[in-house]
Amino acid sequence: MKKILAKHKQYVWLACYLTATVASFFFGFNPGKEIFGNFTKFFIEMVTFIPFLFIIIGLFDVWFPREKIEKHVGRESGIKGIFLVIILAMLQAGPLYGAFPVAYMLYKKGAGIRNIFIYLGAFSSVKIPMLGIEIGYLGIQFTLARTLVSLPLFIATGYFMEWYLKDKNFRINNL
Amino acid sequence: MINSAFIFIAVSIVLSLISFLLDREKTILGFKKGMKMFKGIAVPFLNILILVSLALYFIPQALIIKYLGAGSGIWGLTIAAVVGSITLIPGFISYPIAAALIKQGASYTTVATFMTTLMMVGVVTFPLEAKYLGKKVAALRNILNFIAAIIIGIIVGLFL
Repeated sequence: MKKILAKHKQYVWLACYLTATVASFFFGFNPGKEIFGNFTKFFIEMVTFIPFLFIIIGLFDVWFPREKIEKHVGRESGIKGIFLVIILAMLQAGPLYGAFPVAYMLYKKGAGIRNIFIYLGAFSSVKIPMLGIEIGYLGIQFTLARTLVSLPLFIATGYFMEWYLKDKNFRINNL
Repeated sequence: MINSAFIFIAVSIVLSLISFLLDREKTILGFKKGMKMFKGIAVPFLNILILVSLALYFIPQALIIKYLGAGSGIWGLTIAAVVGSITLIPGFISYPIAAALIKQGASYTTVATFMTTLMMVGVVTFPLEAKYLGKKVAALRNILNFIAAIIIGIIVGLFL
C-alpha cells in the first residue's frame, strides 16, 4: 500500500507541474514559461541518450551475469583479484548501502580485506550504468578524469585498510 | 551534449547488432531488462528535472559562481564536500544537478568533489554501515573517502 502511494505521489507531482505550466502559458505567466524552457532542454537531453544507455545496460546484464564473476571472487588474489572485484563492482547498480550485503558475501567467500574495500570504493564510483549517465551529462573527459584519479585512490584505501586491520580481528557482520 | 548522444546511439546499435548475431533470445531479454529499468526511473527522473528547472530559475547564477565557482577556493570545496557527504541523492539524479551546476558556473573541482562525496561518504547511512563493518572501521572508511574526494576534486580540476 505504501509503495502504491509513493508511486502515485510521483505522478501527482508531475501532474501538478504540467497543470501549472499549461496555466502559465494560458495566462502569460513568464516565470512559468522560462522554467518550462529549462525543463524542455533537460528533457531533450534525457530522451536523446538515456533510453540507449538502458539498452546497453540491459545487454551487459544478460551477457555478463554477476553470478558468474561472484564465483571466482575470493579464490583469486593479487592483481587478478583486484581486477575481478572492480569488474564485479562495475556490473552493480544502486546506492552504496546496497554494496554492504555484497561485501559480506565477499567476506564469507574468503575475499581479503583489501579486496573488500577496493570493491566498496569501486562500487561507489565506477558502476557502468552510472558511468554512462555521467558521460551523457558531464562529458567523457570529466568522467575519464574522475575515474582515473579515483581508482588508484581506492586501491590505496584497500591496501591501507588491509595494513590497518591486519591484527584487529576484523569481520563483516550480516544483518 | 549532442556528441555524447551520438556515442550512446552508435554504441547501443553496434552492441545490439553483435549481440543479436550471437544470440537472438539473449538480446531480446537484454532489451526487455533495459527497458524495465528505464521505466523504473523514468518518472522519478522527470520529477527531478522539474526540480532542477525550478531551482535554476530561483537560484541566481551569481550565487552559484560565488560559492561553487572557480574562485570559491577552499570554501567552495568545503561546501561541496560537506553537502555531498550529508545528502543522500541517488546517483542518476545527481548527474543532471551536477551538469546544471557546471552550466551555471560551478567549477569542475567543486562538482567532482560533490559527486564523489555523494557516492562514497554516507553520513545518513552511517548507522547501517556501522552494523556491517563496525563503528570504527565505518568511520575510518568514511573519513578516508572524504579526504580522497577532496583530492579527486582538486586533481580533476587541474585536468579540466
